[in-house]
Amino acid sequence: MFRNQYDTDVTTWSPQGRLFQVEYAMEAVKQGSACVGLRSRTHAVLAAANKAASELSSHQRKVFRVAEHAGVALAGLTADGRVLSRFLRSECINHSFVYESPLPVSRLALRLADKAQVCTQRSWKRPYGVGLLVAGLDETGAHLYYNCPSGNYFEYQAFAIGSRSQAAKTFLERRFEKYNDYTPEQLVKDALSAIKETLQGEKLTSSNCTVAIVGRKDDGTMEPFETIDAKRIQEIIDSMEAAEEAPAEPSAMQQEEEGTDAAAPMDI
Amino acid sequence: MASDTGASYGSTLRYKSVERIKAVGKHSLIGASGEFSDFQEILRYLDELTLSDHMWDDGNSLGPKEIHSYLTRVMYNRRNKFDPLWNSLVLGGVKKGPKGEEKYLGMVNMIGTHFEENHIATGFGNHLAIPILRAEWHEDMTFEEAVKLVEKCLLVLLYRDRSSINKFQIAKITTEGATIYPPYSLKTYWGFAHFENPAQGAVGSW
Repeated sequence: MFRNQYDTDVTTWSPQGRLFQVEYAMEAVKQGSACVGLRSRTHAVLAAANKAASELSSHQRKVFRVAEHAGVALAGLTADGRVLSRFLRSECINHSFVYESPLPVSRLALRLADKAQVCTQRSWKRPYGVGLLVAGLDETGAHLYYNCPSGNYFEYQAFAIGSRSQAAKTFLERRFEKYNDYTPEQLVKDALSAIKETLQGEKLTSSNCTVAIVGRKDDGTMEPFETIDAKRIQEIIDSMEAAEEAPAEPSAMQQEEEGTDAAAPMDI
Repeated sequence: MASDTGASYGSTLRYKSVERIKAVGKHSLIGASGEFSDFQEILRYLDELTLSDHMWDDGNSLGPKEIHSYLTRVMYNRRNKFDPLWNSLVLGGVKKGPKGEEKYLGMVNMIGTHFEENHIATGFGNHLAIPILRAEWHEDMTFEEAVKLVEKCLLVLLYRDRSSINKFQIAKITTEGATIYPPYSLKTYWGFAHFENPAQGAVGSW
């Protein structure tokens, strides 16, 4: 994109019907480090690639718990993301206070989208420079939404945002059709694999990714939104690598996919 | 849920065909005692709520617990403003949850007191009906057994509460939906010996 005479104000249309400031805000999302989300009928998983400003600093926090039944992963201006997370938390709490039940995820995503839209139609505001993957569970099952700075939002089976997310999207595109029946463990493994795709050669370890999951077990009890701890992530990563390095025997991943026609073993 | 169909104006029994139990959304019933116009106002609030919930068209629906919680907030907030909605509300319903069919029965009153219980009554029902319900209610009653038990309570109230009338309505809510049955009367017996010639032996001044 190049600078032009219509890109100074968010409230200025271009002759082609574009709002350049909004599009520039979406560019900011692409600059952030990658995030991935995927869901089955009963569980939703979010994963993020951790980026640290320098070796000396801690990494940027990208996955936030919004309520017991929902959370977000964000890419872009994390300061904007923090403020929006606070808004989402407040919406969920307010709903719980009045109705004593969790805010349905679609309504949460809509409120976020409406808030983002306001910033695209006020001359004294700027769009939020952060894309959010909203994952949650309500009475209609597990859901994953992507909210972008333009105020648009869509529901997804699986999605990736941020830098080098295209590699992750390609990975997910090959496999998403089976996700509705995946177990939570399979979802987590695929999320880690998708993040691995975005690392472009760098080794995936529990210190450069964060994974969170929310869902409902078969017996009806809820597993609240929670980040999986680093030790467990490392165990999963190790088991995935062990499966890769043993092509002679049926891969561990295929054994765990309960008899469904197995996806091709990872051949990276 | 059962109620009579009378609404008084002070000590005058002014309206005798009033429906005091209504269906709310797909999963709940609400019954009210107290100021009928305030009940009508509450029904309007619930209408707005269920309408906007319906317009979402996203597969989610308000269950009895959510409606009870909402009404509790409304009643308590009005009480805090010293402008209460002068009602005792009974909220009942059934909704399919992740752990199967979840039945719900609760009440909220004009000062915002609210709770859930297996049997609820308002007004004189608290004094006359609850003892009967406590003695005879048990889990796994059939609909017919429940109606008999409720009629027993209604009869006691008919005899002893002077503002009650002999015209009742029963309402039922299941996962299939709500049914409010047409009004009917209970048989009463007044042939007691002491009711004949009641003035006999009375002390007169002339």
